[in-house]
Amino acid sequence: MVEVHLWSGLRSLTGGQQVVEVQATTTGELLRELVRAHPQLQAPIDAGVSIAIDGRVIASGLTEPIPEGSEIYLMQRLRGG
Amino acid sequence: MALDDRKSEFNFVGTRPDRPDGLDKVTGRARFGADAYAPGMLYGAILRSPHAHARIVKIDASKAEALKDVKAVVTRADFADVPFKPGLEGEFWSVLENVMAGEKALYDGHAVAAVAATSALAARDALKLIEVEYEVLPHVTDVDKAMAPDAPVIREGAADYSVPEGMHPNVVRYHESGHGDVEAGFAEADLILEDSFVTEATHQGYIEPHACLGSLGSDGKGELWCCTQGHWYAQKYCATLLGIETAQLRVTASEIGGGFGGKTTVFIEPVALALSRKANRPVKIVMSRSEVFRATGPTSSASMDIKIGMKKDGTITAAEGIFRLQGGAFPGAPGDMTAMCAFAPYNLTNVRQVGYDVLANRPKQAAYRAPGAPMGAFAVESVLDELCKKLGLDPVDVRLKNAAHEGTKASYGPTYERIGLVETLEAAKAHPHYSAPLKPGQGRGISCGFWFNHGGETSVSLALSEDGSAQVMVGTPDIGGSRASMALMAAEVLGIPYENIRVTVADTATLGYNDVSHGSRVTYASGLATIKAARNAVERLCERAAAKWGIPVDAVKWENGCAVPSGPNAGDFDPMPLADITADMGATGGPISGHFEATPEGAGVSFGTHIVDAEVDPETGKTAITRYTVIQDAGKAIHPTYVEGQYQGGAAQGIGWALNEEYIYGEDGRLQNSIFLDYRIPVASDLPMIDTVIVEVPNPGHPFGVRGVGETGIVPPLAAIANAVSNAAGVRMKRLPMSPPRILAALKDNG
Repeated sequence: MVEVHLWSGLRSLTGGQQVVEVQATTTGELLRELVRAHPQLQAPIDAGVSIAIDGRVIASGLTEPIPEGSEIYLMQRLRGG
Repeated sequence: MALDDRKSEFNFVGTRPDRPDGLDKVTGRARFGADAYAPGMLYGAILRSPHAHARIVKIDASKAEALKDVKAVVTRADFADVPFKPGLEGEFWSVLENVMAGEKALYDGHAVAAVAATSALAARDALKLIEVEYEVLPHVTDVDKAMAPDAPVIREGAADYSVPEGMHPNVVRYHESGHGDVEAGFAEADLILEDSFVTEATHQGYIEPHACLGSLGSDGKGELWCCTQGHWYAQKYCATLLGIETAQLRVTASEIGGGFGGKTTVFIEPVALALSRKANRPVKIVMSRSEVFRATGPTSSASMDIKIGMKKDGTITAAEGIFRLQGGAFPGAPGDMTAMCAFAPYNLTNVRQVGYDVLANRPKQAAYRAPGAPMGAFAVESVLDELCKKLGLDPVDVRLKNAAHEGTKASYGPTYERIGLVETLEAAKAHPHYSAPLKPGQGRGISCGFWFNHGGETSVSLALSEDGSAQVMVGTPDIGGSRASMALMAAEVLGIPYENIRVTVADTATLGYNDVSHGSRVTYASGLATIKAARNAVERLCERAAAKWGIPVDAVKWENGCAVPSGPNAGDFDPMPLADITADMGATGGPISGHFEATPEGAGVSFGTHIVDAEVDPETGKTAITRYTVIQDAGKAIHPTYVEGQYQGGAAQGIGWALNEEYIYGEDGRLQNSIFLDYRIPVASDLPMIDTVIVEVPNPGHPFGVRGVGETGIVPPLAAIANAVSNAAGVRMKRLPMSPPRILAALKDNG
C-alpha cells in the first residue's frame, strides 16, 4: 500500500481525507485506484494531474514505477512558458 | 562558481562556441514567419470586435464577397463543430472560441470574421465592408470586480469541480494547498505582517509578430509554415479545429523572433487554413503589432493578499497567500501555479495558499516564462522584505535561515531532491554587489524565485554522414540557442567537433511527436534525447568496429571519437575514428543513425536569487536601475553564454514588467495602449549591465546534470525591483508597474 497525499482543495471530494491509501505499483495504476476509492477524483484527474514520487515530479507519465514506501503527492498538472 | 565536480569530464559541454544560426541571423538569410511565399498566394486579414463583450446578432459579408479581389470570407461556421472527436473538448473548445468568436465577442480584439484577397491592402479594405450587428453587453476587465456579486457573467457553467459553492460564475477554478497549522504558526510569531498587492497584465513583447502561410485543399491535405514554439501543437490544434486528420497537415516552424510562452498556442494559423480551403489557394496572414497586443496571449493580472509571521530571529512561523488571477474570457489563468510557487523557496512548518482562476473580458492569457510565478513572488518577497526591515534583519540572512534545501517539505507538498537555492543565496551574500555602498536616493532589493521546469514528449533523430559529420533532427523550435546546446551535447557523446554537427528543427512530417518549446524543457528534454540518440549511434559504431576487428562487441568501447578495445584482453588494435567507420557504412550494414523517443520525467526544479539597485527621482517619480545581478542554478550550463543570455533576458523583461509595462483598459473595455509607443518595453538605454552568476548544482534527472534555465529568471525581478524601489523611495510599493505617476502618488501619500 502507498499513501497518496492530495492537495487540500481535494478534501471536499474525499470526505475530508487528505491522505488516501491505495495499492499501486505504477503511476497509472495509482490514478485508477484513487478513482476507485473516491470516484469524485475523476474530475481533477481528467483536468490534469502530476505525481511527485519522492520529490521527483512525474508530469504525465502513467508507467512510472512506484517503489514501496515512497512518498507520493498528487499535484495539479504543471504548465510552462 | 561551478559546484559540479564532474566539470572536468567534459570536452565540449561548458564551452562557448559561435552560434550555428549566427550568420543567417546577421545577414538576413534566416527565414521568419513572414518570409514565406507561395505561387498564387493570397493575403488574409481578420475583422476584430470593437466591443469588450457583445452578442453577435448577425454577420453580413455579402458586400466584401462581391469584390473581385476577395477570394474567401470565413466566420465561425467555417470551422469544425463542437463537440469534437472524443476527448477534444475543454481546451480545444476554448482555443476554437478564441480563434474565431461564436455567439459572443468576449473581448476587444476578438476575431469575428476573416478575408482572403489578392493583396494585403485589398484584404484590409474588404474587412470594412463586412457588416456585424452587435448587441453590446456589460463587461468587466478587473479581476476583483469580475469576482464581485454584481459582475456580468461571461460564460455560464464554465466553473469546474474545484470551485466552492456560492462563488461568482466568473470564478472557474480554485486551488488550495499547504501543510501545518497556519493559525498556530501565527500565534508563535513575534511580528505578523499582512498586505495586499496588485499586478497588471503584461505582454511577452516578442519582436516578431505572429505570421503564417497556410495551404489546405479540398482533399483534406495541408501545409502550414508558421512562427511557433511548437509545431506539433499547431498541427494538432489546426487539424482539430478544421476537422481534418492530424497526419494530413504538415507543419514547419519558421525561425522565431521571440516567444517566451506567447507562441505556445494558435491564433491566426487555423484562420489561414480555413481561408485557404475556401479559396483553394495558399493564404498568408501577418499580425500587426496592435493585433498582437489586443488578440494574442498576455499574462494574467493579479490581486493578492499575503500574511507572514516571523520570530525576532528571522524564523518564519507561518505564511498564507490568496492569489486571484484573471486570464481573459477563458479558463486557464494560472492561479494554481502562482499559489504553488509563491512560498516554494522556503522551509515552512505552516503554510496555506489559495489560487483563483477568474474570467474577465480580456484576451485569453498565455504563458510568459514561469506563468503565474512572478506575481506571487512579488507579493511574498515584498512582505518578507518589510518584515526584515521592521525586525532589523539582513534580507539575505533571513532567506538563508528559511531556505528550502534537500529534504525540505515543499510548500506545494513533496520533499525536495537536491536543489540549489542555498548556493544561490550564499553566492549573493559573497557577491561584491551585495556589499557595495549605495548613493543617496538609491535602494537595494533582493528576491528569491522558484520554478518547476518540465520534461514533455520528445523525439530526436541523429544521422551520421559518410565523411563522419552528423546531423541532428530535433522537434523543439530554437527559442534560446538550443541548436548550439544540442550540437555540444552530441559532440560530447560522439567525440567529433561541434562544427561537424548540424542541428535542424525538423517539420512534423519528418520526426516523431514533440511537445512545445516551453517549461524550460528544451535543453533538458531535447538535450537528454540528443545524448541518448548519440549513444544509440555510438552502439552501432562499436558494433561495426567489433565486426571489422573480429572481436565481440562488448570488447569495444567509445573514447574521444574513436572505437577502442575495451581492455588489454580485447586485442591490440589502433583506435578507429568515427569517420573511418562511417566511410564504408553502406557496405558494412547500412546507414548509422541514433534515435530517442520518450517523455523524460526528471526535469528538476530551479531557484534563483536576484540583487537590484534602483534610484528614484523624487521630483519625476522616474526609476533608474543602476545595478543588477542574477544568480541562478543551471544544474549544468551546456553553453554558458546562452545561459547568461537567458538570465539577462529575464532581468530585462522583469525590469519592464516592474517599472512600465501594463495593459491599460478604458471604461469602455477597450485596450488603450496597443502599440510599442504606448506600451513601453525597456530598450538598451533603460538597462544597466546585467551581471550573472551561474550556480551549478547538477540535476540527478539529466545525464549531464542540466536544469532548465528559461523561466526561473523572470520570477525574482518584480519582487527584487519592488524591494529596491521601495527602499529607495522610502515607501512600500504594492502595485505594478511602478510607473512614475504611481511612485509620485505613493511619495505624496507618504507625506
